[in-house]
Amino acid sequence: MTAVYNNNTADASAEVAVTISIDGADVIVPEGATVLDACNAAGVDTPTLCYAENLTAVNACRLCVVEMDGSRTLIPSCSRPAEDGMVIKTDSERVRHSRKMVLEFLGSGVDLSQADELGTWSEFYGADADRYGPAPARINEPVKIQDDLYIRDYDKCVLCYKCVEACGDDAQHTFAISVSGRGFDARISTEFDITLPDSACVYCGNCVAVCPTNALQFKTEFDLRTVGEWRPEEHEVTTTVCSYCGVGCNLEMHVQDNTIVKVTSPNDHDVTSGHLCIKGRFGWQYVQPTIERGPTT
Amino acid sequence: MVGLATVLGAGGGTSSYKEIEETDVILLWGSNAREAHPIFFHHLLKGLDNGATMYAVDPRRTSSARFADLWLGIEVGSDVALANTVAREIIAADLHDKAFVAHSTRNFAELKAAVEPYTLERGAELTGVPADAIREMAHAYATAEKAQILWTLGITEHHNAVDNVLALCNLALLTGHVGRWGSGLVPLRGQNNVQGGGDMGALPDKFPGFQNVNDPDAIAKFEAAWGTKLNPEPGIHLTLMFEAMERSEIKAVYVIGENPADSEADINHARAMLASLDLLVVQDIFLTRTAEMADVVFPASIAWAESNGTVTSSERRVQRVRAAVTPPGEARDDIQILFDLAALMGVDWGQANPEQLWDELRSLSPMHAGMSWERLEAAGGLQWPCPSLDHPGSPFLHAWLWADDLDGREPAPFSAVVHQGPKEELTDEFPLRLTTGRALDSYNTGVQSGGFNSPIRYGDALDMNPADARALSIVDGEVVQVSSPRGSVEMAVRFQPDIPEGLTFTTFHFPELVDANVLTSDAWDKRSGTAEFKAASIRVDRLVGAAHG
Repeated sequence: MTAVYNNNTADASAEVAVTISIDGADVIVPEGATVLDACNAAGVDTPTLCYAENLTAVNACRLCVVEMDGSRTLIPSCSRPAEDGMVIKTDSERVRHSRKMVLEFLGSGVDLSQADELGTWSEFYGADADRYGPAPARINEPVKIQDDLYIRDYDKCVLCYKCVEACGDDAQHTFAISVSGRGFDARISTEFDITLPDSACVYCGNCVAVCPTNALQFKTEFDLRTVGEWRPEEHEVTTTVCSYCGVGCNLEMHVQDNTIVKVTSPNDHDVTSGHLCIKGRFGWQYVQPTIERGPTT
Repeated sequence: MVGLATVLGAGGGTSSYKEIEETDVILLWGSNAREAHPIFFHHLLKGLDNGATMYAVDPRRTSSARFADLWLGIEVGSDVALANTVAREIIAADLHDKAFVAHSTRNFAELKAAVEPYTLERGAELTGVPADAIREMAHAYATAEKAQILWTLGITEHHNAVDNVLALCNLALLTGHVGRWGSGLVPLRGQNNVQGGGDMGALPDKFPGFQNVNDPDAIAKFEAAWGTKLNPEPGIHLTLMFEAMERSEIKAVYVIGENPADSEADINHARAMLASLDLLVVQDIFLTRTAEMADVVFPASIAWAESNGTVTSSERRVQRVRAAVTPPGEARDDIQILFDLAALMGVDWGQANPEQLWDELRSLSPMHAGMSWERLEAAGGLQWPCPSLDHPGSPFLHAWLWADDLDGREPAPFSAVVHQGPKEELTDEFPLRLTTGRALDSYNTGVQSGGFNSPIRYGDALDMNPADARALSIVDGEVVQVSSPRGSVEMAVRFQPDIPEGLTFTTFHFPELVDANVLTSDAWDKRSGTAEFKAASIRVDRLVGAAHG
């Protein structure tokens, strides 16, 4: 079976196509596409954590590794360009074993309870973080709540760098956060660990949008979770256009009980690439029917 | 838009956002897009990452200007002088695209004569920008393979707004930086549907699709479609309406989704005019200050979150808005309110249906004809003109400039414009210049942005250069009295080293706290109807009893 790569983020007019084998099926992708793109084109699901289609791959998590004929080591599919004649196995014993251990290592040090996709994959690969001891290591510090827009829960941070990338030159170019410390002390931090409102942060929330584990979480979601009222399975998501300025950013309004509880933007919308500003991300609160619409003065 | 339409025949930005990622030289002129259009600025940043050079023309060293290779700190209101100087330098250095000028433009001789007095030295004198900087920008723009000029209200909120735009158009026509992918003239629009409003005919002299209300063919078409006689006389724009109110020629006003009692320049005058009306009807989502003055208020649903329709963005992209939540209480869809009013006046339009209305528009506005509701439902929308169902939409405009026969059109005209400066000159009594603009986390009069708790909000403060403030013994954060020839307000001073001496700046997002538009000038452009929010003269006084700082 031959699948044809079809993704409008890649150059559809690319004249050079490469053929690579994914689990025995030939896949044709344009030059420059990654092995992960080829896996997607072949209909093969791949677990990812530090990868996002709107960010540059940083190869931090090793969750997406696959086996390539002729390669001594497993390769990260999210960043490895597909080359003609590559033979890839995504479900070999070696791949399954590696992915399982990555998930276990993460789970033994980090609270993955709200990383829904990782939970599914952990089940799939039979990952059991408790193998490494009955009580998983945690940072054990209170959730940082410094404003009304989003919270930071370091127990949930896997140091995937996505937030750093979104704040930096992949999107926002604000550079308010980076990784400080080394080894076990490594953590995402503002400059000198000052509070977010005092930092360079401009509250676009693009870091929150790319966080895979809910370590960064919109305050609305955090508050609802705290009282046990966060019910994502009931959310209706409606795509509309932001009301601030004339750029035309698409907003996905996540609505629970006729109340907006979260706003995201589609990664494949070529105006936003999934990124928003503070007004689009957080400026919707005046819509809430629960808030009485009184005089603004 | 008036300026662009005059030169190029279409009231829309020429380029797609994507193009700025691939352009070589960017002139960001009178725009703080980093704060006012942040996601467009992401595209611009990609362009910079890809190697583009950016020149920022702004009286303030804004957060946008900090990303520029060179900041040209222009005197408020000297944009025509700067553009004319750039034009003269391009011609004098023989850097203009002579083939393009000969083939695609007219009135070059008039332009050349008009800009002749604007030597680099004179330009530097008029604008306050060093001659070397003007020269560098002129040469970079003219010699770039692809270049864009972007602007916002720093160009258009002036009494000579149309001249400003015409002067920028001259630069694009001199160098052939328009009508091609990557090159263009890009006014960034301030509201999510200000482009769409104009496209739909919410202009005094236009039917939908920019068809003239006094064009007999257009009149015949619209009269047939709407089954009624239409008035061929162009109407008047907002600024003229206020003048007509003053003469008691306008006695009743119906305001939909606007808050002029907070947003107009010279606000005390505007409020007096609204108060003098026999009838004021306001349709809005909140009881705004304007609504509080109204005789009748129609509570409306929120267009982008509680009803269905379309909006059109700065890149002429028509996109669907959809209802995500149901409106509270008696709030209803804007269109349904209009339909119900029509019914009370004896005309039955039935139930408002956005798709049917859209199809009516498509049948009357050729540039929208190919945008079926179904196509718009698909992600991304479509950019006008899109005349037929098999047309992919138009990422950029004016390719005709490069066609052998100009597609049968007249060459685009150069415009001879002269430097005037702000209407309101500085005086001994009012020696400081005040300009206004937006902050990242807020929007206009705060009707919407006031609803969320921004951690980076500091309120409407008067930004002053510390040297100016200290000369008046004012300390950072001190509340002072700020006066213009129209009135006074009390507000806090914020020391801002990035603002030149002699210039002050404020946002206008919290009119209930600081009525900044008491100060602004209502001198306005006769052609566009835009007031000169960007250039008032003010005086700053310490409050009586303030301790000596």
